[in-house]
Amino acid sequence: MKTIILRAASNYMLPLLLVFSVFILLRGHYLPGGGFVGGLVAAMAFVLHAFANKLETTKKLFRMHPGFLMPFGLTLALLSGLMPMIIEESSFLTAMWLSEALPAIGAVGTTLFFDIGVYLVVVGVTLTIIFTISESS
Amino acid sequence: MLIAVLSGFIFSLFLVVFGKFFKGRFSLAASILPLSLFIYFCSFLGPISSGEIVSQFHPWVPSFGLNLSFTLDGLSLLFALLITGIGFLVFVYAATYLKEHQYIDRFYGYLGIFMGAMLGLVLSDNLLSLFLFWELTSISSFFLIGFNNTSSESRKSAVLALTITGTGGFLFLAGAVLLGWVSGTFSMTEMLTMREALHGSDFYLLIIFLLMGAAFTKSAQFPFHFWLPGAMKAPTPVSAYLHSATMVKAGIYLLLRFTPILGNHEVWNTTLIIVGGITMFYTAFHTLFRTDLKSILAYSTVAVLGLLVFLTGLGTQYALTAAAVYIVVHALYKAALFLSTGIIDHQTGTRDVTRLSGLRKVMMPVAVAGVLAAISSAGIPPTIGFLGKDLVYEATLGMGDAAIYLTILVLFTNVLILYAGFVAGIRPFSGKLPDNLQKIKMPGPLLWVPPVLLAVLGLLLGIFPALLDAPIVRPVVEAVGGDGAAVQLKLWHGFNTVLALSGLTLGLGFLLYFIIKPSQGKVTAMGRLEAISPKNIALNFGNSFTRFSSAWTGVFQNGFLRNYVVTIVLFLVILVGYSLFSGSEGIVIDWRSLSKLTFYEIAIMSLMFMAVLFIVASRSRLNAVVGMGVLGYAICLLFVIYSAPDLAMTQFSIDTLTVILFVLVLARLPKYLEPSNHARKLRDGVISGSFGLLLALIALEVLQEPVNKEISEFYAENAYVLAQGKNVVNVILVDFRGADTWIEITVLTAAALGVFSLMKLRLKKDERRINE
Repeated sequence: MKTIILRAASNYMLPLLLVFSVFILLRGHYLPGGGFVGGLVAAMAFVLHAFANKLETTKKLFRMHPGFLMPFGLTLALLSGLMPMIIEESSFLTAMWLSEALPAIGAVGTTLFFDIGVYLVVVGVTLTIIFTISESS
Repeated sequence: MLIAVLSGFIFSLFLVVFGKFFKGRFSLAASILPLSLFIYFCSFLGPISSGEIVSQFHPWVPSFGLNLSFTLDGLSLLFALLITGIGFLVFVYAATYLKEHQYIDRFYGYLGIFMGAMLGLVLSDNLLSLFLFWELTSISSFFLIGFNNTSSESRKSAVLALTITGTGGFLFLAGAVLLGWVSGTFSMTEMLTMREALHGSDFYLLIIFLLMGAAFTKSAQFPFHFWLPGAMKAPTPVSAYLHSATMVKAGIYLLLRFTPILGNHEVWNTTLIIVGGITMFYTAFHTLFRTDLKSILAYSTVAVLGLLVFLTGLGTQYALTAAAVYIVVHALYKAALFLSTGIIDHQTGTRDVTRLSGLRKVMMPVAVAGVLAAISSAGIPPTIGFLGKDLVYEATLGMGDAAIYLTILVLFTNVLILYAGFVAGIRPFSGKLPDNLQKIKMPGPLLWVPPVLLAVLGLLLGIFPALLDAPIVRPVVEAVGGDGAAVQLKLWHGFNTVLALSGLTLGLGFLLYFIIKPSQGKVTAMGRLEAISPKNIALNFGNSFTRFSSAWTGVFQNGFLRNYVVTIVLFLVILVGYSLFSGSEGIVIDWRSLSKLTFYEIAIMSLMFMAVLFIVASRSRLNAVVGMGVLGYAICLLFVIYSAPDLAMTQFSIDTLTVILFVLVLARLPKYLEPSNHARKLRDGVISGSFGLLLALIALEVLQEPVNKEISEFYAENAYVLAQGKNVVNVILVDFRGADTWIEITVLTAAALGVFSLMKLRLKKDERRINE
């Protein structure tokens, strides 16, 4: 789709939507949202950008293939589960919390990092599938 | 002991990293490992012979009853000494034997894994860890048989061996779990006290058949024996080590280990006697029809394994003592014969016995080893083989009414084993040296010392049986539930029936050796019967199974997405519908209990209904996809009004992405090739209509049941208390059921990798050719 309006808009939409997706990710702890939805929104932001511009342009925004987000996210989620085993000798995926809530983010614990891991995996998976298929067509 | 078991695995792991630097002289240094383990286990000889039992306990997964508990008694010690002792010689031997080989580091890696696994097998007291080690020996054996992986014969034999021993592994697992369930423990030491209860159990027969199945496949008993001759495709050191001295005796080990727990039962004894008897005679007879030295040795190995099963089946004091002695006898002479055969093969390039003679002139030390091993296998005094054979006759003679038949069977087997030993150990070295072999070079001492050492040890132990009696044989007999002091090992028993039988064996054996010459004709003669051999029957069974599964796959995995959906939906409709309507009450729905429809619900429903009509009526794929998108959004709206904002958000994003994906994929598809005809549309309509109706009925039926809110209440109450979150859905995802989520994102990753590799990773032209 080569409309100038969409292309111009997408350049502004991308950062906005990404911020929005992070917002959804962070608010998930208290209100509807979370890593999964956040990741999907972020993926949509990129897909929208790719539709308005060329796929190549969108891919250039990444330093490497978005697929690399998957192992990264998986590792982050796994580490957040392992941390309590190492530090507190409790079982796998027992949440640990900072004693004080941070301003704007709220209570911060290992689950937040777990959710960020989910977010990264979802972005990576969605973009890998969509980019791969659209490249081959 | 844990370190002793693990050292083999650690050694292999080390080779993964440093294997490149390992080649050359360093491979010889690897033999330090088995040597030090051998010395370590020798240090237990004193305590064990004085009746002590050494145990160690390391919890592993206690919640499954799986622990690394090691027990060293006489039986374990005997095997541990064989594994490390013969292992040491094989490690030394292979350093020269495979000097030129490109992958010698891999070879030592597999050997290391095998040694660790085999030690674990004989030391484990826990049945589950025993199973793990049991499987590891099968797997390392697979890699070693297929070591020359460029030869398709090797690969086939490796797969065949893994199939047979792997099947046995399944049986073992089933037997172990059943036994653990019946006795309430996986520890074999504890089972010793439950002998009566186990014998009286309803599952006794099932348990022994499962365990026997495992033992028979591992120890190559008839009709599973054929994988062992096939396994001779492995390099000769492997044949000597795994397929004659140690791994194939794991089955015997298992049977002996369970003799005090499950043994001495009519079915146990009879089955073992029959299977062992058939195996030993059948395979010993086969040695007459082979000319390949390793093949002859393989068949005579199976014959000895049969003899050991047979002796375990007899189960008397003499029989158990004979089995213990024979394990040592066989390990010594058979390993020596294999190693000397390996030298012949290495130096002359052939193992065909009809083309070999007079080799003593070029390799005297090897000839010494061969001849000594052959006379030990024949049971000629004063070798240890003589002692072993005497004990076997003592055992069969003591069997009452059946004594005469059993003795005759053993006599013939022994004659044939003598023949096999002579053909492998004496024939290549005797006679005239042919011209083409004149220039054969003398092998290096690292090759000939190991077999000579083994053969001489066989002679020494025969002259001084006391070296074997008290330190090893007695503790073994006690470990398998016998009285160790009941039988004395002696070379000379005076003039009696046993001596006469021994003489008869030797006489007949010599006669056979001088009358029957191995020839190609006999191999061909036997080849005609190949069609009805157990091996061929098993192969045919395997092939027809493959054909059946490819036909089955062809029908069900036909590549048409619509057919998959139809199959799945139909199956669900029939299965769920049947269980729903076959219930005693049928479907009772109290319509009054349902709330009234609201305006929003009606609006959304009509939106969905129109979308469905639009999809069905549309003649372009793109339109249909857009219709699906509308349907999806309408469902999101439903979630919104039923206050499930999380679901709605997710569903909304997913739907958007799905439509995008569909559009991308559709671009790759051709236009509607054949607009669906009416009959098919009708069929699909009926199937999907009934599916929808069924789900609606189920939903309504569920509403009639009292709702159990315990779980959702737990989450609602504890989300903030335990997980400091107010969004219950998210707390469940990232905290309460975090492990599920982690597995789910792993699955997502796998799916993405699948898509990527299907679309992107295509073989290059030259690679494709290799694959075909």
